[in-house]
Parts: sequence; structure tokens; C-alpha cells
Amino acid sequence: MNEDARLRIISALVENRPSVLYRITNLIRRKSFNIESIAAGPAETLGLTRITFTMFSDYNRFDQVMKNIDNLIDVRSVEPLEERDATIRELALVKFSPGAPATRPEIMSFVETFRANIVDMSSDTLTVEISGDSDKINAFIDLSKNFGLKKVARTGAVALAREMPAKRSQ
Amino acid sequence: MTKMSGAQAVVEALQREGVKVVFGHPGGANMPIYDAMYEFESFRYTPLNETSFRHVLARHEQSAAHMADGYARASGRVGVCMATSGPGATNLMTGLATAYMDSSPIVAVTGQVPSYVIGSDAFQETDVVGMATSVTKYAFQPLRVRDVPYSIRAAFYLATTRRPQPVLVDIPKDVQQSEEDVQFPESVDFPNYRPLPDPDPMVVKTISRALLEAQRPVILAGGGVKMANAYVELQALAELLVAPVVTSFMGKGAFPENHPLSLGCMGMHGSERTNKLIPESDVLLVIGSRLSDRTTGKIEKFAPNTKIIHIDADKAEIGKNYKLAVVSLVADAKKAIQSLLLELGVGLMGQQRDIWVKRAHEVTVMAKTEFDGNGSYLSGAETIRMLRRFLPPKAIVTTEVGQHQMWCEQHFQVIEPRTFFSSGGLGTMGFGFPAALGAKVAKPDVPVVDIAGDGSFLMTENSLATSIEEQIPVTVVVLNNRMLGMVAQWQRFFYNRRYSGVQLGKSPDFVKLAESYGAEGTRVSTIPELESAMNRAMHSPVTTVIDVPISPEENVLPMLPPGAGIKEMVVG
Repeated sequence: MNEDARLRIISALVENRPSVLYRITNLIRRKSFNIESIAAGPAETLGLTRITFTMFSDYNRFDQVMKNIDNLIDVRSVEPLEERDATIRELALVKFSPGAPATRPEIMSFVETFRANIVDMSSDTLTVEISGDSDKINAFIDLSKNFGLKKVARTGAVALAREMPAKRSQ
Repeated sequence: MTKMSGAQAVVEALQREGVKVVFGHPGGANMPIYDAMYEFESFRYTPLNETSFRHVLARHEQSAAHMADGYARASGRVGVCMATSGPGATNLMTGLATAYMDSSPIVAVTGQVPSYVIGSDAFQETDVVGMATSVTKYAFQPLRVRDVPYSIRAAFYLATTRRPQPVLVDIPKDVQQSEEDVQFPESVDFPNYRPLPDPDPMVVKTISRALLEAQRPVILAGGGVKMANAYVELQALAELLVAPVVTSFMGKGAFPENHPLSLGCMGMHGSERTNKLIPESDVLLVIGSRLSDRTTGKIEKFAPNTKIIHIDADKAEIGKNYKLAVVSLVADAKKAIQSLLLELGVGLMGQQRDIWVKRAHEVTVMAKTEFDGNGSYLSGAETIRMLRRFLPPKAIVTTEVGQHQMWCEQHFQVIEPRTFFSSGGLGTMGFGFPAALGAKVAKPDVPVVDIAGDGSFLMTENSLATSIEEQIPVTVVVLNNRMLGMVAQWQRFFYNRRYSGVQLGKSPDFVKLAESYGAEGTRVSTIPELESAMNRAMHSPVTTVIDVPISPEENVLPMLPPGAGIKEMVVG
């Protein structure tokens, strides 16, 4: 992998036909493309699905993935997204099993710090939803290990281009 | 709107596509389609004519796919093959993969278990769409009768547009059987898949400028030139530019190899001098080639100081194997060359390139690697040179895969368009013979010869039954070294002569094998014997198998060892 390797994003608009996801994953497997995450869901138009791929790759490899995905008959369009020019969000559900009751308040303040929400509670467990970019979620999950982390479910990133280029932080 | 069964809709749709012949094998899950085909008077054993609709019964579905492939390559039309579900369809896969790798347009129609049992591991059920997805441009599975005509129309549209590739239509048996009102669409549309646009004029200008400035240009033509039928255009371009033309193995025959500007094939078993000339060029115009490892050798050592221009119908080929093209153009080869011809126009008249052309001429001498078989054997290479002298330029030659195939690359000059077919991409042993039958069905008036090795021929020799029963006479020349010769050659060079699993022994007797099918069989040991056997074969109403014993020690030389740069050929 070359030095320009970094996280790259592809947003693809595809026909919602039987096997469409299979055709895409088949291509990825067949070409040995190393995809970090895939997230799919209905797009704004009936019958179309938007799929967001993220991959850690150099430009050449990324370009090949783009062209090959675009070559699939069921794919309407593909768009490369740069991390700095896109809004990227991922959602994770994190289940805690705090053990000692005393840790519950600690978890709640931890959750609040991350602007996450508690969405389910039982006598033994507590489930939190958190959304944000992948770094934020990684950090949250990392720290969760101190509070009795039990299970994690992540959606993978979804992304849309920003209409105005974002101001870069210094 | 017409009410008909799904099976009838298949046959009707195929006829609307102008299909005259189907290569296939029936079974439980495609019987309704076979029943619908039975309606046609010309269904069995008749030569093709304007109105005919013929079925050719293969003896193995892999052969059916290769026959369709050979038909497609010879005729420029879509080849159609059929198989039943399960093992019938899995047997097709090798043929589909072969066509996929060589960009040949075939449409496969498979029967599937009834839709209401799909997924239940029913008898002869396999996930054909799942399996075929990796080796086809698209795989359809119509689940309603009214979707059948659309699927067939779309299959032909996809198979023939942009980069030609195989398409599969998998039809559950209940869909074949039930009746519905159906409509046959004239056209289909896929929003992100349209025929290739005309070449970008700005890029064409850039390419012409580079070509005009070139002092030592070379054109590298691949299989894409043949698929786009750009033979005439390529020759015009080469002559206008006064540029020597090399081809990849798949491009062999894209340019007449007896033309003064032809340098033959480059690559692993290309001409040594041609390979060495490539890095001397200042501009290499690549048209319709993926620049595979077999063509370029180690890519990092491939013409490092040459400006490479890459034209291909598939955008994903640009930058895939060779990443440093100075200009690239995604376009149909024919249209691309036509635009270049227009753009170059008179700018090139009077171009002086005597020194370069003279230099190139030095390498046009065909590679001669004489093999001394101690007088007891004919040489494979010499046999193939004799066949070239014997056969008229319009004769069609197919090959199997192995040493004989590479000897053909080196010693069999291809002169006319659509006369040489080989499995270059997938390297499928057993391709040549059924492909020869398919080609003969397409061109009944042209002699068709399969140049084979003994190992490859045994993979699909049962197509002899098809050739006899369906009256499709071709000639098979078996270069018989009782070895899997190419593997043995590699074991000789790279594995210290440890001949593991390559000795085929004495069986079968190919003469008796041929005779047992009702074909002619003969064995020859000298060139005059071969010549008279070929003479008899050309006039025989049935297929002839000519067994040519050759030495198991004869090598294909020169060769480019794996991982070596294009200039580092081994000559002996």
C-alpha cells in the first residue's frame, strides 16, 4: 500500500433488485477489495438504495473499486467522498452490564459526556445509542470497557457530501 | 399481448433476436423449453439457413458453452447455449468463465427447479445465479412468465454492448410451464448502463498529438480490436502512422501477420525480438488489451521509458494492471481508431520513419526454434508451420491449451479476421474442439481445424459424437506427446525434471477412438504424410482426427519466465 493510503468513502446509488447486495459483495470478494464497512438503506427515490462503503486504501486501489462498482449493471451512480468534504455518521448500540450498582451513575455521566442516549434499561443491563463519526464511536467503545461493556452493534458509516466545503479546523 | 407459456416465450424471444442455433443439453428442469423447440421443423440436423432454428446436442454442457463461444467468435453474433438445473448448469460454468475472460458474447439459458421449491435443496437444485454472478456480466432469474421476454432481450443487449460478455438467464420450471399474456419489448434500458459514448474529442486530439510527435511508435492490439471488428481501421491506422503492430495473444489476428508492419505476438511466448523492441519504442498505443501478466511480463519492468496510451472499452481496465498510462481513452476500439484516423488526417502524410521501420523489420522474421527429434518424431512447431502453409488464409483454426497453443502463437500466422480462436484468458483445456464445431456451424463453407494436444483433446473428445451425429465435420490435429506437455516443460525448467502427474501413457489410441465414433482417424509421422492426411480430411464428409506423435522433450521456446521483465527471455 502506498503512502497516500487513508480512509476513503464511496456512496453508491443502486437499484433495489433481488441479489443487488450479493452482486456488490461478490464483486468485493472476487476482486479482493478490502472494505471496512458497508451500510445500506432506502434512498430518497422509491426503488433505489443508497450504499455507503468505507475502505482504508491508496488512491489506485480505491479508483479500481469505484470503477468496478460503477460497472455493475444495478448500480445507478457512484460518488467518491472525501472525509473532509462529507458528513459522516455511524450509529452504535452499546450494552453495559455494570455489575455493582454503584457504577450506574458513572455510566450515566459518561454517556452524557459523549452525548449518547440510554435507550433500554433492565435490572442488570443498560443499552446506549451513540452516533457520530467513527473516531467518536471508537473512543466511546474503548472507554466503555471500564464500565462493564457487554455487547456492541455498529451500523457502519453513512455519508453524504457537504454542500459547502467545510472550514477546516487548524 | 399474446398468451403463451414461459417456455414458448423463451423460444419466441430467441427467434426475435435472430438466433438460428442453440447448443445445449436437456434435463428435468428445462424440458418445457425443449418441448417448445420441438415445434420447429428445422430443429434437427439441418444446415443453417435464413429461417432455420436448430439445436445442436452437446455431450457435456461445458462443450455446449464452448460451441456457443466458438460460434460467437466466428460469426460476430451471440452464441446461445442451454442446460438444465444443477449439474447441467454447473457444467456450463467453465464455458461461461472462458467466455467471460475472453470477452465473448454468449447467452446461457438454464432451467431451474420450480420457484416454490428454490432454497429447499430440491433434486438438481443449485444456486446458479449465485455461481454465475462471478463469471457473467449479469444473471437474470425471471419469476413470472411476463418477465421472460424482457430477460432474454436484456441478456442479448447486455451481452453485445460495451465490453461483450456472457449473460445467463435462469428460468424456474414452473415459470416455463405456466401461461400468461406476454409482450416482447423492442428495447430495454439500464440507467447506468448505456452503449459506450463516442470517443472524447479532446482526448482523441491529445492522443493524435502524441502519435504525431512520436519517432518510434508501436501499436499493441489486444482482443478488444477483434471484438469491436476494428480490423480494417487498425490496418489503416498502422499504415497511416507507419507504425509496427504487435498483438497480445488474445489480439493475435487483429492485424494480418503477413503484413510488412506486423511484429507478431509479444509476451510470455511471443517473439524474443518483438519483446525486446517494445522498450525501444517512444510511444506505445495500446488498444483493447488489459495488459495482462502474460503479455507484459513483470509490469514494473515493462517499457519504463515508453509513453503508453491506453484505449479500452472497459474503464476498469484503465489503471488495473498498468498504472502509468500518459493518456487513456474509454471507447469502443473501432470508434476510437476511426476518430484517430479523422484527427490525424493528412498531418501524417510523408512521415519519414525509415530507420524505425527498418529496425522493426529486423524482428519480423518469425521465431525459428528448430527441434531435433532424432529423426524419430515430427516437431510440433514444424507441424504447425506446415499447417499454415497448407491451409487457406480463410480457414478457421482453434486451439486447446498448452504447448501446441503456444506453438500456434509462434508459428501459425493469422491472416484473415475471425480465423483464430483460443482460450487465452482462462486457458481452458478442452475449449478448442467444441469451439471448432461452433465455428463450423457459423461458417459451414470454411475448413475448420482444431490444433490440439493429447491432454486437452481428451477433456472434450466426446464432442466427436456431436460432430458425427449433427454432421459438423472439422479436422482435429492432435500433437501427441503422451504428456501434459506445458506442465512437463515447467517441471523441466523450474522443478528439476520432477515429472509429477504429467505422464498420460499410451491410451487412448486416437485413431481407434475416432473410428469408434464414426469419424476418420489417421496417424502420421512425416510432413508428406501429414499433407496427404490433411488433403483427405478437407474432402471428408466427416470429422477427421490426425494423430501426430511428437517428442515429449520438445519445448516451447523462447519463453519469458514468470516474474521476468519483457526483455529477459529464455531462448534455449
